[in-house]
Amino acid sequence: MALDKTGIAKRIAQELQDNTYVNLGIGIPTLVANYIPEGISVEFQSENGILGMGPFPFEGEEDADLINAGKQTITALDGAVYFDSATSFAMIRGQHVQLTVLGAMEVADNGDIANWKIPGRMVKGMGGAMDLVASADNIIVAMMHTNKRGESKLLKQCSLPLTGVGCVKKVVTNLAVLEVMPNGGFKLLERAPGVSVEEIQKATQGSLLVEGEIPEMQLD
Amino acid sequence: MINKVVANVEEALDGVQDGMTFMLGGFGLCGIPENSIAELVKKGIKDITCISNNAGVDDFGLGLLLQQKQIKKMISSYVGENDEFERQMLSGELEVDLIPQGSLAERCRAGGAGIPAFFTPAGYGTEVAEGKEIREFNGKPHILESALTADFAIVKAWKGDTAGNLIYKATAKNFNPMMAMAGKITIAEVEELVPAGELDPNEIHTPGIFVQRIFQGDRFEKRIEQRTVRQK
Repeated sequence: MALDKTGIAKRIAQELQDNTYVNLGIGIPTLVANYIPEGISVEFQSENGILGMGPFPFEGEEDADLINAGKQTITALDGAVYFDSATSFAMIRGQHVQLTVLGAMEVADNGDIANWKIPGRMVKGMGGAMDLVASADNIIVAMMHTNKRGESKLLKQCSLPLTGVGCVKKVVTNLAVLEVMPNGGFKLLERAPGVSVEEIQKATQGSLLVEGEIPEMQLD
Repeated sequence: MINKVVANVEEALDGVQDGMTFMLGGFGLCGIPENSIAELVKKGIKDITCISNNAGVDDFGLGLLLQQKQIKKMISSYVGENDEFERQMLSGELEVDLIPQGSLAERCRAGGAGIPAFFTPAGYGTEVAEGKEIREFNGKPHILESALTADFAIVKAWKGDTAGNLIYKATAKNFNPMMAMAGKITIAEVEELVPAGELDPNEIHTPGIFVQRIFQGDRFEKRIEQRTVRQK
């Protein structure tokens, strides 16, 4: 069965490395913070200006001056720090943040990503996404494998305006975990429980590399 | 000590005119100079350019200036929370320059710091890079981004003193410190204005040298855009 958004977040949480700083984008990536594996210490950076982001506040304890990049009210953990936007992006561009998890409308098999604009229809802006994808060592995309019309979002070439080029390292979807290979192609690493390689192949327009047996994701 | 205090928001915004460029601090509705925005609406000045990370929501923040069609051009990184903005942009009424958030922050910082331009990897290979110089450093392509300045930079701080020194609270800091540096005239509206000497010099975020006018705002609604809570 294909994963829901929570499943995608749980699988991405397994990618978290001990003692790292992580930036989570809006949407599915935000959920990753709920599933940090035991024994792993990570600190979440939100690009509007906080390191050490904690959970949502209890009702009545919301502070209008304390939000995340999705404009949601949050809390700060012990050891947290607030900083201005230039310092925030110094952390990002300077590669002090090791992992970025973000959503996408399209990913190409050469690692290009598009997630900020549909010409003539939707223009919300790139926010911090272009700085993030141009800089982080490790970039994981969290998204559904196909769009609402059932078309693949894993393409040979992005059709929408790009956010960054050759930057995505891994894609976790409702169907699969895929690695973007340095010479191009989506290497299939894992299948969602009960999803066949054929189903993944059918939903992938870009080049899909399948080698040997593909294991199912392990999501307790 | 040079005294930067003005009596009120009217005095703070003395000299603003049609066609001017404004920087306005804030991220979403967090840390926006809401008293000054209300006064800009009241003054009815037109054809202004606003440099601000976001454009407010339909009925608050910069959305109020958009409603009155006072803004000619917006320079922002993300405008997704404002339907009227999207409508004016797609219809061509509003000029919009969308730039990566980190580049926007650094362009303001550079403007205040006397650095005319800098290279950044953000936006390489995208629309953002069109028409900009590209140069490789350490084997990686970067694009040249220029500094931004404004006729007026309007920022919001938590506490300020009569010398113009500012302290921000939590994530309401965001773009305010860089924009404070980049205004020909910088106006700071604060929640609490205290005599010089009362703020600990160790704790000041924006030195008063960057601020020309400071006043205590009459009213801070501090609206929350996405109220998210957990159960006890």
